[in-house]
Amino acid sequence: MNDRRGRPSRRRQGSGGPAVRDIDVSVLRNTVARLIVEANYNIPADILDALRDAVTREESPLGRRTLEQLVRNYEIAAAERVPVCQDSGLAVVMLEAGQDVHWTGGSVQDAIYEGIREGITSGYLRWSVTGDPTRVLKTAGSDMPGVIHIELVPGADVKITVASKGFGAENMSALRMFVPADGVPAITDFVVETVDRAGANACPPIIVGVGVGGTFETAALLAKKAVLRPIDVRHSRPDLCRLEGELLARVNDLGIGPQGLGGRVTALGVNIEVYPTHIAGLPVAVNLGCHSTRRISTTL
Amino acid sequence: MSVIQLNYADGIAEADLDRLRAGDSVELTGHVISLRDASAARLARALQAGEPPPVSLENRILYAVGPSPAKPGQIIGSAGPTTTARMARFFPAIFAAGVRGIIGKGELHGDEMAPFVAHRAVYFAAIGGLGALLAKQISSATVVAYDDLGPEALFALEIHTFPAVVIIDRHGGNFHETARAPWRRTE
Repeated sequence: MNDRRGRPSRRRQGSGGPAVRDIDVSVLRNTVARLIVEANYNIPADILDALRDAVTREESPLGRRTLEQLVRNYEIAAAERVPVCQDSGLAVVMLEAGQDVHWTGGSVQDAIYEGIREGITSGYLRWSVTGDPTRVLKTAGSDMPGVIHIELVPGADVKITVASKGFGAENMSALRMFVPADGVPAITDFVVETVDRAGANACPPIIVGVGVGGTFETAALLAKKAVLRPIDVRHSRPDLCRLEGELLARVNDLGIGPQGLGGRVTALGVNIEVYPTHIAGLPVAVNLGCHSTRRISTTL
Repeated sequence: MSVIQLNYADGIAEADLDRLRAGDSVELTGHVISLRDASAARLARALQAGEPPPVSLENRILYAVGPSPAKPGQIIGSAGPTTTARMARFFPAIFAAGVRGIIGKGELHGDEMAPFVAHRAVYFAAIGGLGALLAKQISSATVVAYDDLGPEALFALEIHTFPAVVIIDRHGGNFHETARAPWRRTE
């Protein structure tokens, strides 16, 4: 990696401390800009594979026709380098930043915002953000055109994940605070209920991200991480891996099918993420992702 | 699977709308005007204030879409449907001005469906997330009003063999309310 002046970023030795790695924020800006464009032109391979497989499994003729058109859409977008969907979403940028990284050249947040803006412009993506969620300020533009989550991790690497979150599915997501006695059955019922209520609006076949634990906001962030996890990666805990499979079967039994036109394939995957919580609580969040849940990661 | 071709030069025939049934696959060829949250709100406000619409809505079909910017050489950027339900509250005013149908995506129930029944309008669902493919079914795109709304401006679009499914028909049918049952498995 090179910094803004073309020099390689360097690792320097502090006085007896661990090696500190300098990274110029321009590297981050350029990477975010590149990733957001790629995410919008190419849906993840695991999702495309799942859609191709769904074509062979779907029993409803209308559902099969829909899935075939979706696959064709993704082939066109990749070949012609155009956005898979006109809703290029709200950008969500997640950093797992090594604690031994020292950022130089400016603000990390500003670099990410600039990268999003640059990617949207250079990639002919739709500007889909309003500066004022209340819409009271009629002319509000935004110098914060996305959502940033930064997590500190050991080491000197930086993993960047960029997602473009369409709001058809985002709008149908839900969070509920259960109590401990409600247990796993409550999680199951809540997931099924949320998908059932979302119906066609979430653009099925969908990806379901389930976040369980922590506090109110932890559950939501876990659900976001879950919906952005590749759908061919199962949870490492055997019971949760099994629950993911059970939930996928339950959701597909709803019969919603591709685009809510009826069929076997309502979801392509269900991913669960968990975190410890209070002895009095069981927060559960369900974040839905449309069939073009756009995400891409790289490591600096 | 049979697909009904719905060709109309400018405005749609009553007889064509009458014969459609919920669940029919159609391909539309003709003229549509785009609609989105901001333009729908402004259009409905103008109509309710007794102002004429900025473009004739008589016998029109509207398409709920906010396209992405066209790349050089493109007629229009990606242009798949957006969620129709968000604009449903504006439909009574818009249908009263002569609109005969909406192309969008997602489900409409209860109060969202009522204006379709009251005005005998037809709801077509296009496939959400089909933006790159559907852009190829559009042969011309011109902003006709509300330019300041960017992707939410009113675009006049010519569509060709544009794939959609009839969801709300003129005979009380709402395909999203019946489509699941044959495929639903209960414990």
